[in-house]
Amino acid sequence: MTMKDIPHDGPPRTDPIQSATFSNPVNAEIRRAAATGIYDIRGGGAKRRVPHFDDLLFLGASVSRYPLEGYRERCDTNVTLGTRFAKKPIELDIPITIAGMSFGALSGPAKEALGRGASAAGTSTTTGDGGMTPEERGHSTKLVYQYLPSRYGMNPDDLRKADAIEVVVGQGAKPGGGGMLLGQKISDRVAEMRNLPKGIDQRSACRHPDWTGPDDLEIKILELREITAWEKPIYVKVGGTRPYYDTALAVKAGADVVVLDGMQGGTAATQDVFIEHVGLPTLACIRPAVQALQDLGMHREVQLIVSGGIRTGADVAKAMALGADAVAIGTAALVAIGDNDPKWEEEYRKLGSTTGAYDDWHEGQDPAGITTQDPQLEARLDPVDAGRHLRNYLNVMTLEAQTIARACGHNNLRNLEPEDLCALTIEAAAMARVPLAGTDWYPGKAGF
Amino acid sequence: MQTYDLESGDLRCLNASLHAQAEATNQTAWEVVNPRGSHAIAVGLDAPIEVNVKGSTGYYCAGMNKQATVHIHGSAGPGVAENMMSGTVIVDGDASQYAGATGNGGTLVIKGNASSRCGISMKGIDIVVHGDVGHMSAFMAQSGNLVVCGDAGDALGDSIYEARLFVRGSVKSLGADCVEKEMRPEHIELLRDLLARGGCDAKPEEFKRYGSARQLYNFKIDNAY
Ligand SMILES: Cc1cc2nc3c(=O)[nH]c(=O)nc-3n(C[C@H](O)[C@H](O)[C@H](O)COP(=O)(O)O)c2cc1C
Repeated sequence: MTMKDIPHDGPPRTDPIQSATFSNPVNAEIRRAAATGIYDIRGGGAKRRVPHFDDLLFLGASVSRYPLEGYRERCDTNVTLGTRFAKKPIELDIPITIAGMSFGALSGPAKEALGRGASAAGTSTTTGDGGMTPEERGHSTKLVYQYLPSRYGMNPDDLRKADAIEVVVGQGAKPGGGGMLLGQKISDRVAEMRNLPKGIDQRSACRHPDWTGPDDLEIKILELREITAWEKPIYVKVGGTRPYYDTALAVKAGADVVVLDGMQGGTAATQDVFIEHVGLPTLACIRPAVQALQDLGMHREVQLIVSGGIRTGADVAKAMALGADAVAIGTAALVAIGDNDPKWEEEYRKLGSTTGAYDDWHEGQDPAGITTQDPQLEARLDPVDAGRHLRNYLNVMTLEAQTIARACGHNNLRNLEPEDLCALTIEAAAMARVPLAGTDWYPGKAGF
Repeated sequence: MQTYDLESGDLRCLNASLHAQAEATNQTAWEVVNPRGSHAIAVGLDAPIEVNVKGSTGYYCAGMNKQATVHIHGSAGPGVAENMMSGTVIVDGDASQYAGATGNGGTLVIKGNASSRCGISMKGIDIVVHGDVGHMSAFMAQSGNLVVCGDAGDALGDSIYEARLFVRGSVKSLGADCVEKEMRPEHIELLRDLLARGGCDAKPEEFKRYGSARQLYNFKIDNAY
């Protein structure tokens, strides 16, 4: 609105100016905090704009590089994880895995849908902070079992049933923070699996109870290998904070695979301040991690899985061009199976939100039946149909990534390389260590 | 009885042999000599066998134990009997940090003292310590019983859920949300049984009981930390 819209007598006045610092959303949050006295908890990842894969472009083929034929020529997508120590590495048809999300945070049908979709697309899915359910084991041909600080539901039988073990040190949405699952979602079954009283607001520990630091981690990994006869690949998952050192230390501790999760990575629930203000953007994590692997002579020997804001085949291709062996998706998989679907708009409104912005996943009232334990709501999600959607989406992402790889002249997604990329912004150029578009320069490049 | 020498044999072979013992094995008695502080000795066992470790162990001895009895004739390094499911683990000497961490079941007996974070995140295990326990013991303890015949260090039972803590001596300080609770006849009975299983001749009447005030169970303004 401008002043001329407000009728008044007298000389012209200055237009009212909104503050960029004290914007309406900022002030609304101040008022909310003042009224309630407690921080905002929500699900999802960082919502602010940070440098991301969108700030990179592929160069494509040219005189010096020739492309592969779009549909005819072979472009492999398979990846093997856990080749360093595990007797039984995991073979995946596509380099896109489903990230760890707990039964508890997600409904039973949602977990089943993830298992079905991932299995149909030839990839793995992952348990979460709440243990392994027989349903998800049954519906996932390849299942990664998370070993978390809370150790909810942890037991040697499930450990041996897993195809790989992921030691979770941190998550990109909240590096340094533990999980939380609010009382509305602690149903009888969730309470029993976690050995907790029903209906409490559950906090999970932020630190492992029986090890601290890389030297201990090495011994912890030894123990897990001994229990499982050195069969399973052992992943170490870290939030994006000090990717060079965390990767180097995970390798030193004996990891087969490093999982690196940037700040856009989703969570089921944590403080908004944590999500938005702690950790590095995914784009800023990859090169330092790859550098650490290269410095140790371990690139491709120890596989790197990158997650946090992966949405398209272009994102997959970009992460791999920067040196990742595979990616993991959380939020995108939930959207594929029906999260934030416009068909629930009326119900999102009733919950004080709107399609695309709904993030009160911790409250357990998800109209789409995904982030809930309410039997009526979860019955809305058909796991077979939702699984099919996920499979389709994974297939599309794979085809997209292949399209790009072929255009860049590669017969395997893994052959994508930083030289295939340029950056649209100086920030992205610095983080990805690829030249700013139209130049041969990026910040920090030697010789300038 | 089978004897395994960790000086000449390697850890993988030892654990593989112990894992190969089926439910109905008749080779129930094992002796491990020269443990020399090795890590991950006798982890992931799942048969009703008895393993006597003749000396001190490193990290995670008897981790994730099911059914077996593991007797350490020495002291135990960090995380002894971590995540135990069932069976019995006995430490003749002292135990380092995180003894019995996240244990789901079975009995852990420590005849000496236990260091800090004994019973951290315990989920159903019973732990009997003849001596003292260090700071932050039973942190976030979910269920099961921790019996301390000596004294407890700082912040006992911080952020505790439903585990029961019994201490005979002094408690340096209680952690957040941990309070002294009434010793009712059923607790005396429970403790009598725990002490008997732990081979301890202390009298249940000499103990005090501690547990959760349940004030941190829901996020409230005053709990937001
Ligand atoms: C609903 C939900 C639950 C999650 N639960 C866990 C968990 O239990 N353990 C874990 O390591 N990460 C968990 N995460 C994080 C994911 O594993 C992954 O790091 C993240 O979702 C990747 O980023 P993206 O969501 O942008 O794809 C969760 C994420 C979501 C969205």
